[in-house]
Amino acid sequence: MATIELRNIWHSYEGLQEDDTKTKYVLENINITYKDGAAVALLGPSGCGKTTLLEIISGLLIPTKGQVLFDGVDVTNLSARQRHIAQVFQFPVVYESMSVYGNIAFPLKNDGLDPGKINKRVLEVADIMEITNLLNFSVTKLTSADKQRVSLARGIVRPDTAAVLLDEPLTVIDPKAQWGLRRKLKQIQKELNFTMIYVTHDQHEALTFAEEVTIMQAGHINQNASPVELHENPETTFVGYFIGSPGMNIFDVNVSKDGIVAFQGTSLKISEEIAKQLYEIEDSLQLGIRPEYITTHVSTKDNCISGKVKLVDDNGAYQIITTIFDEINIKSRLAESVEVKVGDTVWLEFNQDQIKFFKEGQRISFNK
Amino acid sequence: MNYDNKKAWILLIPALAVMAITAFIPLMTVINYSLHYIFSGSIPEFVGFANYVDVLKDPKFFGALGRQLLFSIAILMVEIPLGIAIALSMPKKGVGVGIALVLLGIPLLIPYNVVGIVWRLFTQNDIGLIPEVLGWFNYSYNVSLNSADAILTVFLLDVWHWTPLVALLSYAGYLAIPDAFFRAAEIDGASMWNTFRFVTLPKLKPVLVLGFLLRFMDSFKIYAEPLMLTGGGPGDSTTFLSMFVARKAESYELGYAGAVSVIYLVIVMIVSWLFFQVINRIGQGGTK
Repeated sequence: MATIELRNIWHSYEGLQEDDTKTKYVLENINITYKDGAAVALLGPSGCGKTTLLEIISGLLIPTKGQVLFDGVDVTNLSARQRHIAQVFQFPVVYESMSVYGNIAFPLKNDGLDPGKINKRVLEVADIMEITNLLNFSVTKLTSADKQRVSLARGIVRPDTAAVLLDEPLTVIDPKAQWGLRRKLKQIQKELNFTMIYVTHDQHEALTFAEEVTIMQAGHINQNASPVELHENPETTFVGYFIGSPGMNIFDVNVSKDGIVAFQGTSLKISEEIAKQLYEIEDSLQLGIRPEYITTHVSTKDNCISGKVKLVDDNGAYQIITTIFDEINIKSRLAESVEVKVGDTVWLEFNQDQIKFFKEGQRISFNK
Repeated sequence: MNYDNKKAWILLIPALAVMAITAFIPLMTVINYSLHYIFSGSIPEFVGFANYVDVLKDPKFFGALGRQLLFSIAILMVEIPLGIAIALSMPKKGVGVGIALVLLGIPLLIPYNVVGIVWRLFTQNDIGLIPEVLGWFNYSYNVSLNSADAILTVFLLDVWHWTPLVALLSYAGYLAIPDAFFRAAEIDGASMWNTFRFVTLPKLKPVLVLGFLLRFMDSFKIYAEPLMLTGGGPGDSTTFLSMFVARKAESYELGYAGAVSVIYLVIVMIVSWLFFQVINRIGQGGTK
């Protein structure tokens, strides 16, 4: 197990250009430390650089600039093998000509361990992964989920595994089996105290697996925090919008000293104390609020903004109401029991404590 | 399933008609010939299996069959590994890819008889490049006098002509292997040989099966190249099965040629079936 530290990582697939400003970087100045035994998720949309970052950590890629340290030791130029990394890929990577046993034993055989030790260790790991009954099967006969278990078992079979990296490991697994596999991952992470880094574009996977989620966007780290923190206090509008389903409502507003927040021909009132702090920074800001913190009323109410319903989505547990205010749409939640149709007028009440303000995409902190 | 769907048969008629003309009718004709004694101009006389008995007593037939089998085995043993080796050493990207593909494509684009003629010019005694070069090493090479020279030359010709097919198939198969497999092998500390054995080779299996069958079937009916190069000689040393049949037909022994053809067909079917079985077994096998 190891603490993983990334220092000033820059990466370009084309390599450094003579004029550095022309270099096209897919990762820019990544600095982060994952402590020993952490369960981390790297979350971001496709193409944000998360897989590149994972490969830099695993040693399959050497970063154009910067350092990778494991437990304080520079491993930037070491191979994946030398770093003692285990990696689980998007689709199950197994050796088709071998049995399950052969697959799990393969890394140990390559290390030249004696057969007795190999056998003992393979049985141990198979027991952890709950695949002991499959050991003598040919891997080609297994389901994707079991194949993925085999490849994970092969990853952790070396006793000196420093970290387990998972690159969207549930993509090809059918939904029913996903649940069991995710539980297994979480369990071995906890019990064996592995440093595990889990790459995914699925926020649900990330938020349920990890204690710490790194949100990436266009080659940058947006925020690294716990799932609760990401939900409650997104550092950027991107995180606000990306986390949550639906994501945070974000729109441009004008704040005045007396606490009036105006947007699209309507306005709402916030505390003057906060308004003053904001006004000192800038009067034209972005307001962010999560749909779950907006109460939807179907009859007129004070301190609400009213608009026409544009869309009603029903997910079975609650309804998501999209209300239109000129050029912007605000999404809010509504209980199943209330009936709302497209075209109806609704009154939206914002939970004052949960209103966030952003300037140029970055959250502004203020005293309440 | 609807078994009463008679309209389906109407749709099958064109395919069946083509099959009838190209395969079924000729096959029936050949079987019919094989049961008769036919000599040009004379009225066919039904002789039952007498032609078959003659064939199976003919040492020349067994000579041609043995040569044929040895030839096919030899070219498979060389062309398959060589093709894989070429495929693995080809560039994976860049301008080199196009160049390599064109170079490999050239032999495949040349018609069989042209290949035969080109190689004949290569090997001809007074003007050929091969006798000239070998002459520098005091080897007197002569395809029309020396059986070993002739056999080896036909063998080399086939390797030159057809290894590119195996290489192209393997190359396509190789490029289709997801990178993750090689990365996993790297992480697992596999040596180059183990990576080849446990990743590349199993992943190439489907295309290799195809290459194997194609090369077997094609080599088993080799005709034009030895005809152009050596005419089957010296003696019978490069007379393979198809040439043996053709010789008999050319000399108007149609009944005998028909019998050989039917035996030929049966052999091809048996060998193909055997290959298929073996390949399937390899496919299912799992070793520790």
